Amino acid sequence: MAMQTVKFYQTGTFTVGNRLLAPHERSVQAEAQRANALTSGHRACQGCGEALGARYAIDAAMRATGDRIVAVNATGCLEVFSTPYPETSWQVPWIHSLFGNAAAVASGVAAAMRMKGRDDVRVIAQGGDGGTTDIGFGCLSGMFERNDDVLYICYDNEAYMNTGVQRSSATPPAARTATTPAMGAEPGNVFGTGKNVPLIAVAHQIPYVATASVANLRDLEYKVTRAMGFRGARYLHIHVPCPLGWGSAPADTIRVARLAVESGLYPLFEAINGEIASSTPIRRRVPVTDYLRLQKRFAHLFAPGGEARVAHIQAIADRNVVRFDLVREPA
Amino acid sequence: MLRQIEGSRGIAEGVALCRPQVICAYPITPQTHIVEGLGEMVKTGGLPACEFINVESEFAALSVAIGSSAAGVRTYTATSSQGLLFMAEAVYNASGLGLPIVMTIGNRAIGAPINIWNDHSDAMSMRDAGWIQLYAETNQEALDLHVQAFRLAEELSCPVMVCMDGFILTHAYERIDVPSQQDVDAYLPPFEPRQVLDPAEPVTIGAMVGPEAFTEVRYLAHHKQLRALDRIPQLAAEFAARFGRESGGLIRPYRTEGAETIVVALGSVNGTVQEVVDEMRADGVAIGSVGITSFRPFPLAALRAVLAGARRVVVLEKCLAVGLGGIVSDGVRKSLSGIALNGYTVIAGLGGRAITRSSLRRLFDDAGRDALAQVTFLDLNTDLIEHELEREGSARRSGPTAEALLRRLGSVSSRIG
Repeated sequence: MAMQTVKFYQTGTFTVGNRLLAPHERSVQAEAQRANALTSGHRACQGCGEALGARYAIDAAMRATGDRIVAVNATGCLEVFSTPYPETSWQVPWIHSLFGNAAAVASGVAAAMRMKGRDDVRVIAQGGDGGTTDIGFGCLSGMFERNDDVLYICYDNEAYMNTGVQRSSATPPAARTATTPAMGAEPGNVFGTGKNVPLIAVAHQIPYVATASVANLRDLEYKVTRAMGFRGARYLHIHVPCPLGWGSAPADTIRVARLAVESGLYPLFEAINGEIASSTPIRRRVPVTDYLRLQKRFAHLFAPGGEARVAHIQAIADRNVVRFDLVREPA
Repeated sequence: MLRQIEGSRGIAEGVALCRPQVICAYPITPQTHIVEGLGEMVKTGGLPACEFINVESEFAALSVAIGSSAAGVRTYTATSSQGLLFMAEAVYNASGLGLPIVMTIGNRAIGAPINIWNDHSDAMSMRDAGWIQLYAETNQEALDLHVQAFRLAEELSCPVMVCMDGFILTHAYERIDVPSQQDVDAYLPPFEPRQVLDPAEPVTIGAMVGPEAFTEVRYLAHHKQLRALDRIPQLAAEFAARFGRESGGLIRPYRTEGAETIVVALGSVNGTVQEVVDEMRADGVAIGSVGITSFRPFPLAALRAVLAGARRVVVLEKCLAVGLGGIVSDGVRKSLSGIALNGYTVIAGLGGRAITRSSLRRLFDDAGRDALAQVTFLDLNTDLIEHELEREGSARRSGPTAEALLRRLGSVSSRIG
């Protein structure tokens, strides 16, 4: 008689949340004891992906280090919405210096901790994509090449949201921003520009680089935890939708982030010592239009004549799928 | 111990005696020898328990310093010229956050045209950035000021720049009394920060502040500097008592008793000025001088007390407020509010041009006859200027100015005279 293996997805894959998992396998966010490092009462917009991503990441780092974290923040939304006097939302020692120097300030904090014999205190620098891929890029690269003991987290919402949605070097092609309006022969951000900072980080051959999505909590927490297991420079790039800048519904933040992953536009991977070590496969691949349609910044793509540009974006996703081996045949 | 060493080496040794725990270094002439010396000491164990960090820019250098100072360790860096400008945003930030970083400025001109030689344009550009600014007259004083600077900075939780003339001091070999570790330790207690990043007691540093408190934060920064006006002379006196020599303080009057003409200057040029004063006093001229050691805070009252009896004040400045004249002169005139005397601004020594005794003698003689313009450029090559203005007037596409001047001068090696 033919036998068929039955797979119980519920217990093997986190798909039904924490109920069927042993306590040690549950997410940090499911713990009553989570640090809640970025506590409630801050001034982020409804549905802010960055606020969520920052809490996920810092809480995971707090658990991984036994609550011994110092956070260094670049100027940007995260800094502005979390700190107006006297209402700091940070439950961790936290410093903001400038827009472009978070990585360097973090290097200084890490050096001071070494000198004080407090190697147990770990340092996280964090900023948005503008503070990371543009104005803070020099300091970031310097921190990487010196292999300073810092985890840098970029919350990538793909434009300068704090100043009113202007283009950054992380803005995707075709996206409408205040400085790449959806007008003219090539509406939105032009194709063939921008930089992939996760891969540039990999090129620095630092101990650990990963991409994560605010839609994939467990993967994000796993990567933060893994990052804290290394000494030296580490980089985590987290995709965080911005309802205001993207023109998506606040209630759709997680959905939009998930579609970015499932379409192949935002590949999730890890790299160790300069080599890509793993990628997270897409279980149910969707066309890029599923992702694009939810966002007003891409609305012009669905007007007559937008087909070629949509096809171009689909080609980018297709390339990611091949490059990062995102779609695999079931074993 | 008395030693014949380069100024930069003396500073490196003096800073090392202060036991900094993080030093950030980025090369720029003429401060490079200082951090090279410190790097060597860290490598060879001469400066134990110190991280020496080679960074990718001056902006990063001061940013790393901001991080380590906020984490509670004594922090030092040095820069010059373009480097200071490149870190400008962090310069303001360090003082705004109240972080007691000590930074040496090997004073150098700012381009364009690019020029590596000495003047005070760099430090002066940051005069209102909230740092205390001390100017050294000699290499001995430069070393001593660093010891005092750490003490002052940490007491007030305010960063301090120690300014020393590039090349003239940084690269000059002369006798320096390098203090003992024991004396420096007795003078400079361990750093006890007012604010520190510590997981056991989390604080938020660098929050957003709106109109409701911004003015008060700024006022308190000003208040710190006003307190420094009291502390700087006290620390200098305490230093003199322990180390047996006068260094620092707010101002240094020289033969001002009964002086009709008083020359005010900053930094190493005071040595030359004093020689000319001696020469003129010997000729029966009632002249004296005042060196300003503390430019920020600006010693209004101390200057007023010294200058009030004079008939004229000549402010000799190694910097230029383009479109106005002098920078130091502004403060000097403010110190003389309500007192009628003749005030002259002399721009001298820009981009390393030598300020010679003969030029100063002529200048002070002219001043004594009140034959100076309000703003004078010492040893200005007026032929060169007139020719260039004429050339620019004759053709729209006259080309780059500096290159035209050099062409006119002909094939000369860079000269300081």
